[in-house]
Amino acid sequence: MALMCWLRSIEWWGECVAGEDICRRYLKDAFDITPNEGEFIVALAGNPNVGKSTIFNALTGMDQHTGNWAGKTVVGAVGRFEWIGVRFILVDLPGTYSLGTRRAEEAAARDFICFAKPDAVIVVVDASRLERNLFLVLQVLEITKRVVVCVNLMDEAKENGVMIDLLRLEDILRVSVVGTTAKRQEGIYELRNVLLRTCQTDDIRTPRRSRYSAVIEEAVNDLLPYIKRAVGETVDARWLTMRRLEGDTECLRRVREMLSAQKEGGQCEL
Amino acid sequence: MSCEREEVFREIDVMARRIQEKSKVDIREQMIGDLYRDAEEIAGAVVTVEVDKEHSIEKRIDDMVLSRRFGYPLMILLLGTVFWLTIIGANIPSAWLGEILFEMVAAIDKGLVWLGTTQWLHHMVVYGILQCLAWVVAVMLPPMAIFFTLFTLLEEWGYLPRVALSLDHLFYRCRACGKQALTMCMGFGCNAAGVVSCRIIDSPRERILAMVTNAFVPCNGRFPTLLLLATLIVGGMNGAGGSDILVTAVITGIVLMGVAATFLVSRALADTMLKGEPSTMILELPPYRMPQLRSVLYRSLWERTRIVLLRAVCVAAPAGVVIWLLAQTTVGDISLLTMLADILDPFARELGLDGAILLAFILGIPANEIVLPILLMIYLATGQMTEVESVREIGHIFSAQGWDILTLINVSIFCLFHWPCATTLLSVYQESRSIKWTLVAFLLPTIIGMGICFLTAQGAKLFIAT
Repeated sequence: MALMCWLRSIEWWGECVAGEDICRRYLKDAFDITPNEGEFIVALAGNPNVGKSTIFNALTGMDQHTGNWAGKTVVGAVGRFEWIGVRFILVDLPGTYSLGTRRAEEAAARDFICFAKPDAVIVVVDASRLERNLFLVLQVLEITKRVVVCVNLMDEAKENGVMIDLLRLEDILRVSVVGTTAKRQEGIYELRNVLLRTCQTDDIRTPRRSRYSAVIEEAVNDLLPYIKRAVGETVDARWLTMRRLEGDTECLRRVREMLSAQKEGGQCEL
Repeated sequence: MSCEREEVFREIDVMARRIQEKSKVDIREQMIGDLYRDAEEIAGAVVTVEVDKEHSIEKRIDDMVLSRRFGYPLMILLLGTVFWLTIIGANIPSAWLGEILFEMVAAIDKGLVWLGTTQWLHHMVVYGILQCLAWVVAVMLPPMAIFFTLFTLLEEWGYLPRVALSLDHLFYRCRACGKQALTMCMGFGCNAAGVVSCRIIDSPRERILAMVTNAFVPCNGRFPTLLLLATLIVGGMNGAGGSDILVTAVITGIVLMGVAATFLVSRALADTMLKGEPSTMILELPPYRMPQLRSVLYRSLWERTRIVLLRAVCVAAPAGVVIWLLAQTTVGDISLLTMLADILDPFARELGLDGAILLAFILGIPANEIVLPILLMIYLATGQMTEVESVREIGHIFSAQGWDILTLINVSIFCLFHWPCATTLLSVYQESRSIKWTLVAFLLPTIIGMGICFLTAQGAKLFIAT
């Protein structure tokens, strides 16, 4: 069940298999969510202990357990809310420092962002620890462009004398950035509006793609032709190449299974 | 076409391996490094930091809290304070709640008589279910509510992760994970919850280690029993004369014994059944935050207290029926309950306990909370849960059964170290998916508890004999 984010970009996929079906089945199996017509699915990602659950509660009006220690959210919580007549399903992903496949919660977060094809991913970051938190943001940006960066704990940052130029950050990342202090409900209104816009718009900017050092680029260029030959031009071959070079064989295996299934019957099964 | 494609995939694997081998750097590391550099660059462009005074105060507090000299005394002091507040805070509402609940039971009793319900059904409902429930609620609710609130306050403030960090090197020496300190803390509330929280430990070896040793810290279900025993130990059999501070000291001592056992057993397991090197712990220290009152109350009372209480109630009701039935079924003149206690008696005597105590612990497997009421029920042979008596009265009942200070100590030890409750065992099984480890979780505290009790009992016998 890994890494199918690139599916979004494959055109044949939509024809040969109802991609929506898989996404729905995943949502049903993993989270017991059955989205209704017109409901947007939003994932909430972020490092541990940045107030993700507080954001979750502020958005949904629910009272989920929030705690001042890392690793509190073990199972993703699910909540629904409505904003200006539009309904959202919000999934609180486990807190992770990165998206890898080595730890269970990282794999879970990555799977969800890839697999459930959320209409938006809110990445919550701690304003006082922006640098460390941006790592996850950059990783998410490699997978999806429907991202809202929520810079939380603005009050604490201010107390600590940390000032953040949110507009500049938005320019650099080329995705929406909202500053919040969730426990006092500050910025939640704006977050809702930005979220709505991100979910609804078809015209979304291509976000920042991090540049890698020459060694990596070289390695990618060496392997890329092979990957392209195997999966065709339509897939995000570069992303796939990087995962393979990273030592992640799982996602390529999955592509291979699907391609052979497609060849055999024109019907793909997971 | 598809064969050709398979071929390409094989080529990819070969190629990837070749590139990875050829590369002078670790590709994965390099990618992570590149991404971090990018993050650093972006952060550098958007963040301006003033001279941070707040941060340095926090750092100074941390230096104190995390130092070895002040850290441990502070930890023990805070633990003691939590217990002390629980003890002095719980007494009054407990008695008050007991009175109300038992009046309610009496009212229902009258109502059932008026309705003309069959006598056995009437007795089963009133003496079996309702009185058992009333007892559990009255005894458990107040200390639990206070304890959980204080605990949540500490958690919210940001102290708990610091406990984990302070204890890390101790756990490291025991070849376990520092996060085990957090799961241990959860265990104070409820061992089942503690076992489930072991998910935060990444290494499977260390997770199992934390799970099977979780029951060494006394949960809230055992807490009221320990509280009573500590009061009797300090104040003598009539329960008077002991100061709250002394009781707190005894309770803290008992708890520290459990913590010490956690360390020793972890180490012993790590040397035998669960060999391996401890992994390094990455734990981010959260800033100190002013707890939000509403959230603290909500989480401690609604989420934790309610769930644990609900569980206890669900278990206590059927258990009440079973015990009532055991007490009512008579062979000859004696009830099944007394008979079972008599059978266990010779063995229990060797442990410095008696048959009734052992039977109460066995019947208390569904939930530790009902051990004390069962015990009183067996002693009084009334076949029903007695009303919440004052400590003094309970002390009289115990001394009438031949308890002395040694019995009190042995029961306390056994209360601390015996089989975990059914819910905890079930959690261990669900989390580990292994019958073996569930069995280990059952046997470890049992053997240790019986061992210590045996030694103290036999030691005392020798001492008295000479």
